[in-house]
Amino acid sequence: MQLTGAQILMRVLKEEGVDTLFGYPGGAVIDIYDELLRSGLRHIMVRHEQGAVHAADGYARVSGKVGVCLVTSGPGATNTVTGIASAHCDSIPLVVLTGQVPTHLIGNDAFQEVDIVGITRPCTKHNYLVESTADLARILREAFHLARSGRPGPVLVDIPKNVATGRAGVPPAGEVRIRSYNPTYRPNGKQLKEVARLIRESRRPMIFAGGGVILSQGSTELSRLARREQIPVATSLMGLGAFPGSDPLSLGMIGMHGTYRSNMASSACDLMLAVGVRFDDRVTGRTDAFAAQARIVHIDIDPSSIRKNIPVAVPVVGDCRISLQMINALLDGGAAHELAERRRPWLEQIAAWKSTQPLAYRQCERIKPQFVVEKIYALTRGEAIVTTEVGQNQMWAAQYYLFDRPNRFVTSGGLGCMGFGLPAAIGAQIACPERTVVDIAGDGSIQMNIQEMATAVQYDLPVKIAILNNGHLGMVRQWQELFYGKRYSATRVECAPDFVKLAEAYGAVGLRATRPEEVEPVLQEALAVRRPVIMDFVVEAEECVYPMVPAGAPITEMLLV
Amino acid sequence: MAEEKHVMTMLVDNQPGVTSRVTGLFSGKGFNIESICGCPTSDPGISRITITTKANPPVVEQIEKQLRKLVNVIKLRSLDGPKAVRRELALVCVQARGEQRTEVLRIVDIFRGKIVDAGLEHFIIEVTGEEEKIQAMLNLLEPIGIKKLSRTGPIGLIREPK
Repeated sequence: MQLTGAQILMRVLKEEGVDTLFGYPGGAVIDIYDELLRSGLRHIMVRHEQGAVHAADGYARVSGKVGVCLVTSGPGATNTVTGIASAHCDSIPLVVLTGQVPTHLIGNDAFQEVDIVGITRPCTKHNYLVESTADLARILREAFHLARSGRPGPVLVDIPKNVATGRAGVPPAGEVRIRSYNPTYRPNGKQLKEVARLIRESRRPMIFAGGGVILSQGSTELSRLARREQIPVATSLMGLGAFPGSDPLSLGMIGMHGTYRSNMASSACDLMLAVGVRFDDRVTGRTDAFAAQARIVHIDIDPSSIRKNIPVAVPVVGDCRISLQMINALLDGGAAHELAERRRPWLEQIAAWKSTQPLAYRQCERIKPQFVVEKIYALTRGEAIVTTEVGQNQMWAAQYYLFDRPNRFVTSGGLGCMGFGLPAAIGAQIACPERTVVDIAGDGSIQMNIQEMATAVQYDLPVKIAILNNGHLGMVRQWQELFYGKRYSATRVECAPDFVKLAEAYGAVGLRATRPEEVEPVLQEALAVRRPVIMDFVVEAEECVYPMVPAGAPITEMLLV
Repeated sequence: MAEEKHVMTMLVDNQPGVTSRVTGLFSGKGFNIESICGCPTSDPGISRITITTKANPPVVEQIEKQLRKLVNVIKLRSLDGPKAVRRELALVCVQARGEQRTEVLRIVDIFRGKIVDAGLEHFIIEVTGEEEKIQAMLNLLEPIGIKKLSRTGPIGLIREPK
């Protein structure tokens, strides 16, 4: 039976288990939107296409499913680029469907025509321009397969209008095969034996876990390995939640704003098991000083991540969960050894670092932003899904909210994309309607996608936005204070809306706290009401995020409180 | 670490935009392309792209890994060393008057080149060989006067087992 392209699209989306799309209509996708009405699929109409992609990103991270966006050609498509780039950096599985002018107009500078496949080539895992309706089903199936398999990532499918209206038969669904694409899931057994041997021999091992552990659902295996072998675990920003943050073996985050004990441990360890990380410059600082005493084992599904930034002793190409499972199995079979005795000096050293330099801030009569995050942590009992914007708010969220489970912390890690938190919270809330979702925001970045408040209100999504309002673009201000002689160039937010009135104007709840004792009541009220809430926490303006490693310095050279 | 020339060849899907994916990867990641050559293979669905790059060993490793990550790259091989044959084609337009004309013909003969176009004051020479051979011939022609030069850059194939 022949179907239209739009019908084929709906059919494949359902085959792939999609039930929700984030999107915004337009001329080139009007036929697809017409078909959408009859499809039974849920469509969330955002207020800006960038919001659609971030929402799909948040949805994908907490649900583990592929996030799907649908936007029109030209400006609709270009507005998705930032969201796609963010998902690409963080390896988030998305399928982004863009409309395109009819094939006979491509290249003619037609109305709302843009070469979105050309534009997004470097920031997608792969992308397609569909040239004929007959190719659509195959391409869509490949797109979902690529997005979710191997190292996940965003895949863009550009659908010209006449492809959506044209008719073709639909080949039956089956296993997708792409001859040039075969990710390695099962690692080399010989390499793993070497890893097991190194673990057994090491005196000062540490695990450095990243987003790959979460993406591969490897947290349980990671915890098993860490606890049984008594190996402390540091995580990257993307790895928060891969290992329980409240576990005694947790070192917290590593890197530029990592904990003292994490950064110190990385330079003192004799074995670093790096799992699902890519050694970003925000983690390593000066690379030749990073983990200089350690033999580094690097486990990752993407071979190009290995030896890209840091030389490693044992490369392991494979899925993190499967690799950890196999390492655990090897260690199960090994001889029992005097583990506790062997590890004691190392764990004592780490405990000493923790007690001499814990994460800390000084209270004052104004609200401290860290205090707000601590209160959010306490009042949500560590169970919330937390999204962030980018900058100081993001770092304080990462430092002071401890994640005991994966898929709870949703942040734009690699791209560092302001305006991410609110739409991501919307996507997360749609994926988990019953969970508390908090966006920890700054007064600068919240304004980058504030229009999505209307989306939250329209779909009755009770997201809680906690603005740490310091009247500044705080992270840049902090750099100017510390490294640019306090020359504050363009970092004061001289005009901002009244966020309480703004919330009310959108039909949401607006609350404000200006003194420390108001923080808890405001949070309690916000968490109790089943509506979207903006909380305006007027915080100390000149607070800095500590520890801080100056860019390019070894990560043991930290500025402390 | 020293930068050296490396030749790599890849089989890719013969589709629009694939060359752009490959070259975009080089420019986007700051890798160098000395030369690039591409054409369909005997299978019309597959093209072969051969690239010469100049890089140190860790960068070469990264280039190869990144290229293999491209969904349209089916197979990638290095053409460095004795396991491969490499050839380059050059067309050289040389200015040649009077006594220079016999000198040019002698040089063409030494390098087993061919004259493919001749005029009263010029020759166009076709020559193939390894890069070094072509460079050697160009060095001899240079004092006589090279008017125009077009080189393909190396292409190559891995030798079959004997």
